[in-house]
Amino acid sequence: MNIAIASGKGGTGKTTVAMALATCYARNSLSVALLDCDVEEPNVNLFLKAGIDTTEPVSVLIPEVDEPSCNGCGECERICAFNAIVLVRAKPLLFAEMCHSCGGCYHVCPERAIKEIGKEIGFIESGTRDGIAYAGGRLNIGEAMSPPLIREVKRRHSDSGTRIIDSPPGTSCPAVEAVKDSDFVVLVTEPTPFGLNDLNLAAGAVRALGIPFGVVVNRADIGGDSFTAEYAKRGYDIIASIPHSREIAEGYSRGDCVSYIVERFRAEIENIASYAEHQARRNARV
Amino acid sequence: MIRELVVISGKGGTGKTSVAASFACLSQNKVIADCDVDAADMHLVLRPDPVHSEIFESGMKAWIDRDACSSCGECLHYCRFDAISDDFVVDGISCEGCGVCAHFCPAGAIEMRNHASGEWFVSDTHCGPLVHARLGIAEGNSGKLVTLIKKKAREIAQEKGYDLVIVDGSPGTGCPVIATISGASLVLVVTEPTVSGIHDLQRVLNLTRHFNVRAAVCVNKADINPDNVAEIREFCSVNEVPVAGAIPYDMDVTRAQIAGKSVVEYSSGPAAAEIRKIWEEMKHAVG
Repeated sequence: MNIAIASGKGGTGKTTVAMALATCYARNSLSVALLDCDVEEPNVNLFLKAGIDTTEPVSVLIPEVDEPSCNGCGECERICAFNAIVLVRAKPLLFAEMCHSCGGCYHVCPERAIKEIGKEIGFIESGTRDGIAYAGGRLNIGEAMSPPLIREVKRRHSDSGTRIIDSPPGTSCPAVEAVKDSDFVVLVTEPTPFGLNDLNLAAGAVRALGIPFGVVVNRADIGGDSFTAEYAKRGYDIIASIPHSREIAEGYSRGDCVSYIVERFRAEIENIASYAEHQARRNARV
Repeated sequence: MIRELVVISGKGGTGKTSVAASFACLSQNKVIADCDVDAADMHLVLRPDPVHSEIFESGMKAWIDRDACSSCGECLHYCRFDAISDDFVVDGISCEGCGVCAHFCPAGAIEMRNHASGEWFVSDTHCGPLVHARLGIAEGNSGKLVTLIKKKAREIAQEKGYDLVIVDGSPGTGCPVIATISGASLVLVVTEPTVSGIHDLQRVLNLTRHFNVRAAVCVNKADINPDNVAEIREFCSVNEVPVAGAIPYDMDVTRAQIAGKSVVEYSSGPAAAEIRKIWEEMKHAVG
């Protein structure tokens, strides 16, 4: 089963919840993997601190033009929907950062003057710690497109019983790539106007993808009661609440809040797991 | 010349929008641009009154005419995004609009259709004009939308004879962030003294350096971990990035948000005081 942890708004506690959930699975001797799909700002291993066993580069395909074979016909420029290949003085010029790796230019070139080569966009680190299998992606600085790397991270540890996917914030391509094909999504929010607004956007995206979800309210006591009514009105199931505490915030700042949370809020965290399993099974039947 | 001050953070939830909205209230003669297009929050504080709105069309999506389709499967062979199902229906979320399927379909059964992926607005606010957007549910192309919003904000500044655009950016280091910082006069990175805040700050400062954009840093929730604040100051000093201030943890920041106000409008507490001080510094630093 794949459980994605997402949020819309950043900094609500996705990584903390993902870590706490993985820790509960591992402590119950269940097979679990934790996949860091927030490849622009990967933070999972700052908390898990797994030793890294393997580091693999991840590449996407980009075209390479063999100039002697090119007759400057411009078919490549015409098919490219992303303005990544442009003819300058009858010679194709490539803007690699615009390329979506669709292969259009490669297939269309009548002279077969284009081949596809790999361009590294980032890498994936894997390891294990305390019964949690870890894999995390890291996008190279200056690289615009994270979805191909996210897709690759999600192929890791496919033999684990439960895979927990820490997703990037937002609701556009990277967040959708991380969340799609999951069996259940945990949306982590905080009871503030920004938190609620972004939760509604994220819930809309998850509903559009047809995936069941539940909501975890972090720093649950900072915003007053009006938010509880808002969640109910929109039909969100609150599957765990974690109160605000200076101890958690300070622990988080040092990278060691997870065991504290698991000890204090074990029942809440285990409720996330059992709710996710129940909903995923029910959704699989219909 | 129009100057552009961009507020970003690397890590999400460090307080970007609270800082940017306060700057919007403290400054004169500027246009505000909310470039965090897939989780836009500025409007919750500035309560905009839209005066102009337009649909944002970004690229195309494939559409298969089932009557013309011969089910040959060529499109499945060419599509690199798993966007076409075995019974030849296009999944609009996965389709990137490359048009390769349409080009090679032997039956000519695939049409590339314009795709509306959001809406953008020019609004009046009590702090001045705001350009903002709403990206559709699960839509992509946020980088293009960011570029459009920044362009509109500059145009409005030009028309009105203003010399400043204040931009609220998104978390991360990818496509929308690159579009947001491109052409900026100064980027203020709002960070927090946590292991993840520091890690993400380092990545985002590598990004500003990579694109040769000037950066400054401010630390939010500074009293959560003074040792980490010292580490941030040390890192910034080594990398010659100025630290414009350290905002203490202050519940008024949350209270202001709940009241639908910027921190500096709502409060005269310690966080508001420090944000005012940082603004004075930014005002000069942006040029």
